Amino acid sequence: MELGQKIKCEADRTAGFGKAIAAMPGCERLGSCIQCGACSGACPLSIYMDQSPRQVIALVRGDFKKQALSCNTIWLCSSCYACTVQCPREIGITDIMYALKQCAMSERAYPAGLSIPILARQFVRMVVRRGRITETRLVMRFFLQTNWKAAISSWRLGLNLIRTRRFGIRQQHIKQHLELAAMLAQAKNANAGGSP
Amino acid sequence: MRYHYFPGCSLKGLGRAYDESLRPVMERLGVELAEIDDWNCCGATAYMSTDHCNACALGARNIAIAESSGPGDIVAPCNACYLALNKTRNCLAGDSATRAAVQKALAVAKLTYTGTAAVRHPLEVLVYDVGINVIKRNVVRPLKDLKIAPYYGCQLVRPHCSFDDQWNPTAMDRILTALGARVVDFPLKTRCCGGSLTGTAPEAGLRLTHIILGEAQRRGADLIATICPLCQFNLDSYHDQIARRWGPARIPAVYITQLMGMAFGLPTEQLGLKRNFLPADKLLAAT
Ligand code: SF4
Ligand code: SF4
Repeated sequence: MELGQKIKCEADRTAGFGKAIAAMPGCERLGSCIQCGACSGACPLSIYMDQSPRQVIALVRGDFKKQALSCNTIWLCSSCYACTVQCPREIGITDIMYALKQCAMSERAYPAGLSIPILARQFVRMVVRRGRITETRLVMRFFLQTNWKAAISSWRLGLNLIRTRRFGIRQQHIKQHLELAAMLAQAKNANAGGSP
Repeated sequence: MRYHYFPGCSLKGLGRAYDESLRPVMERLGVELAEIDDWNCCGATAYMSTDHCNACALGARNIAIAESSGPGDIVAPCNACYLALNKTRNCLAGDSATRAAVQKALAVAKLTYTGTAAVRHPLEVLVYDVGINVIKRNVVRPLKDLKIAPYYGCQLVRPHCSFDDQWNPTAMDRILTALGARVVDFPLKTRCCGGSLTGTAPEAGLRLTHIILGEAQRRGADLIATICPLCQFNLDSYHDQIARRWGPARIPAVYITQLMGMAFGLPTEQLGLKRNFLPADKLLAAT
């Protein structure tokens, strides 16, 4: 029988992680969590999460960086803000999820087999290059990279889009896309000082 | 009444029926929408997941261009754009480090952010600037006998919204009543539709969409009224897959502006109703 560690211990901690997340915009009140679970109750996606939002808050505060960044919770979070407005301690839970996503993105520490971060990456690339999103192109690119079989099985959706004249394949872009790219390069990770 | 108009990428793409119907309805009500010159993507949730400061810079560029082109508030019809732009405003007001970094980035494009233009949703403009009475006066074909579930979605009301309740908003209910429709009591009006998870994690995303459709069906709604291109897309586009997994819940979803256009007697062709996957037959028959 293979033995696996069931309980987290001191050696699993990354000292300073919780403090670093709490220093990121909107995450200041992280430390005041009373572990009431109201966030998990309000969350429409918690039934699919491997750690509930309440548990994620506890992991972050306890400096368990690896566990916090590798759970599917932060990626299943749809940013609906139900938890944030429900929290009795006015903790910006959605913003904490964003801070964790940013951290996982920059360290490429997201769980294998989860395609949600890939969509985010492609979205960002299209905005940097063109300034606007052409949804049909983004979705096609996403499926080609992650699951081309799903692209084929959504042929009916594609046909429906063509039928309703919404299958816009021409790339939308802004006039000043080079200027925008320069702007974004200038502001990139400007508050990385607080990032762990 | 003149506003800067921020349509957002979706209203030029999958959600173009929203743009098509919003324009003539606002014109009928004397609201002038001047599209922001060379506006860029709001960044939505994807950009915020990647880089906070860049996400704010994206929003700030749009606001700064609007502010430099004259006075007036910004109208953003997509819930995600509305939230992203308001989040940018709040971040820049409260966080001086981000604000300084964003101003420095804007300087590359010779722009300055002042924060004078508020970002508002068409619902707020309709109820508080135009007024329910004016809307009522423009109704020539009341939507009588139509039972409509008002669905607001999540990102409009939370957490930056100042004009309506976070769990039980009523602005759209009031407009629907003014149009002569019967408003279905709909407690899931601010529950998440699944967002982009319908594409990236369908097991979870489609379940959320199904919950909204199923509840509308149980409550006897003929139609669901929406105010966000992503909500409308999710509720309208996955009926096959949802029926296969959980049984059918075939309720058409249309934009509030399409309903207003029909009630105002505007030509159907102008309202983008042909773009629905599941056609709103009862609406077309009733008016
Ligand atoms: S609702 Fe707030 S206080 Fe309660 S567990 Fe969640 S984060 Fe902590
Ligand atoms: S914002 Fe994310 S974590 Fe919070 S309730 Fe919504 S989906 Fe759940």
